[in-house]
Amino acid sequence: MAQLTMIQAITDALRTEMRNDEKVLVFGEDVGKNGGVFRATEGLQKEFGEDRVFDTPLAESGIGGLAIGLGLQGFRPVPELQFFGFIYEIMDSVSGQMARMRYRSGGRYNSPITIRTPFGGGVHTPEMHADSLEGLMAQQPGLKVVIPSTPYDAKGLLISSIRDNDPVIFVEHMKLYRSFRQEVPEGEYTIPLGKADVKREGTDISIIAYGAMVHEALKAAEELEKDGVSAEVIDLRTVSPLDIDTIIASVEKTGRAMVVQEAQKQAGIAANVVAEINDRAILSLEAPVLRVTAADTVFPFSQAEQVWLPNFKDIIETANKVLHF
Amino acid sequence: MAAKKAKALFDVNKQMEAIKDQFQTLQILNEEGEVVNKDAMPDLSDEQLKELMTRMVYTRVLDQRSISLNRQGRLGFYAPTAGQEASQLGSQFALEKEDFILPGYRDVPQIVWHGLPLYQAFLFSRGHYEGNNIPEGVNVISPQIIIGAQYVQCAGVALGMKKKNAKSVAITYTGDGGTSQGDFYEGINFAGAFKAPAIFIVQNNRYAISTPVEKQSAAKTIAQKAVAAGIPGIQVDGMDVLAVYAAVKDARERAINGEGPTLIETLTYRYGPHTMAGDDPTRYRTSDIDNEWELKDPLVRFRKYLENKGIWNEEMEAAVIERAKEEIKEAIKKADATPKQKVTDLLNIMYEEMPVNVKEQYEIYKEKESK
Repeated sequence: MAQLTMIQAITDALRTEMRNDEKVLVFGEDVGKNGGVFRATEGLQKEFGEDRVFDTPLAESGIGGLAIGLGLQGFRPVPELQFFGFIYEIMDSVSGQMARMRYRSGGRYNSPITIRTPFGGGVHTPEMHADSLEGLMAQQPGLKVVIPSTPYDAKGLLISSIRDNDPVIFVEHMKLYRSFRQEVPEGEYTIPLGKADVKREGTDISIIAYGAMVHEALKAAEELEKDGVSAEVIDLRTVSPLDIDTIIASVEKTGRAMVVQEAQKQAGIAANVVAEINDRAILSLEAPVLRVTAADTVFPFSQAEQVWLPNFKDIIETANKVLHF
Repeated sequence: MAAKKAKALFDVNKQMEAIKDQFQTLQILNEEGEVVNKDAMPDLSDEQLKELMTRMVYTRVLDQRSISLNRQGRLGFYAPTAGQEASQLGSQFALEKEDFILPGYRDVPQIVWHGLPLYQAFLFSRGHYEGNNIPEGVNVISPQIIIGAQYVQCAGVALGMKKKNAKSVAITYTGDGGTSQGDFYEGINFAGAFKAPAIFIVQNNRYAISTPVEKQSAAKTIAQKAVAAGIPGIQVDGMDVLAVYAAVKDARERAINGEGPTLIETLTYRYGPHTMAGDDPTRYRTSDIDNEWELKDPLVRFRKYLENKGIWNEEMEAAVIERAKEEIKEAIKKADATPKQKVTDLLNIMYEEMPVNVKEQYEIYKEKESK
């Protein structure tokens, strides 16, 4: 066991899978010699050579096409998209092409591709770096969308993503890259995709979150505890498909729920979670399921992040609304 | 007082002329079927020459029948190919079985001659997933609808071949309009940067639906767009099957010898509409230009060439036409006999393992379908 940051756990997962499977290829802008702009691919080119870890021209759509073509030739591509905000350049390759590959070929071909990409606010990045665009990806049949919040989850989920024979969008929150360390087992282990994790057990209200909001939810839960409220915090870990069973079991137990996301209210995936709860557990609900989200504006200029991004205080405020409905 | 014209820093006219001079059209057979470029003559046996003609005639019949089957409602989406036989089939004829084709939506003939059963091509047209379920060992993917996407994917397939040290190439096709896309440029540029064994063909039939090629770009040729990627660019007479074959053969040699990709522009024409979905070329094309290109018909000049060599005659051609009609009839029957698609089929081919939402919906539709 070692104490790793999330970024170290990600590198560890990549190294583990590259050793396990010679078909795994890592490529993108500055992932080779440079080791990635966040050092996620540090040391990989040195260990595995330029044939398996390589830089590409600066063109996201080309990177997507490259991944699809390499997938058609039996490789297992793990391309990096430098920042999630650049997804618009590669939307066709992702949603228009790789997500549809198995279906459009009647099962003849597939796209065993894992796109790694950083996102998330709180670190004062320039424009189009921090936007939460997982909602776009979650709307595309054929994709799975994974968002880890801890080093342990990041490693196990990334190994599962790489081994998945269908495309996975693996979204890494920049603020969580080095914000804390956690015990991460050495060697390989997997966490199933599509499985949520109860990060804190509780009986009064279910707080469903993902990404950086998991930690805000845990902080809020601690505060609520002081007021005698027992909050259960569910980390979705995969935002598409949703782990319906875990969500519904929690709501049936607590009778109250809220969904927390960093994305704007009109974006993200919180509305999906609310709809699923309404469909499946309305008779358990003591109150409506409320959402904590950002405002429906473009992602803030960096100086405005603090007032714009949802945080634990917003969660406590909304939790109280649900509790005292 | 008139402003004094400043002396130009660069002779831009000279620059443009010099570029144009680098992209002369390769032609081997003229419109009369005469060899005008002996040096470029590809090494093809009489049998191969006859096979090429057979495929061109067959494909012309396939186009005529497809248009008529579409009008009867027995086919769906169809993009006519008449006029482009030399460009489509001359290029495919230069390939080996292990080469991988990434076709555009008009490039059904190439994948049929590469091994896709005709009834599946018809199922593609109708909109049935079985049409795209390419047989194992046939190295093609179904026709790409997103113009340009096949180009970036081609760079990836070619890089994969290079990594496996395979002596094969990836080949892809787009039209003149497609060269305006970002993916067109990214595809050729990536293949160039990775020195990948790719052949990029642009079938310049002068029109992207109603938009003439002059409205796509100020560039005098499309072949010269290769310069931006730092790769060779060749312009060929796309109505001359021998020139197309020779250019592709040449590009393939370079590619499998590790010398990287080539961009080939074929100057061609589609006699029919853009697709059968309501396009009417008389709105944007004059009969003058149609007549001018009719004289360049790839079948006419190749027929003359083969007849002069004494290896082709009317009887042979009639036999090909007869065979094509028979096989098309059989293929349509086979397409008709293909079971109808169910929602459970579609759910089944989404993922290797069904996620929870898909599984749940599968059960719901299975129940509906059992009634």
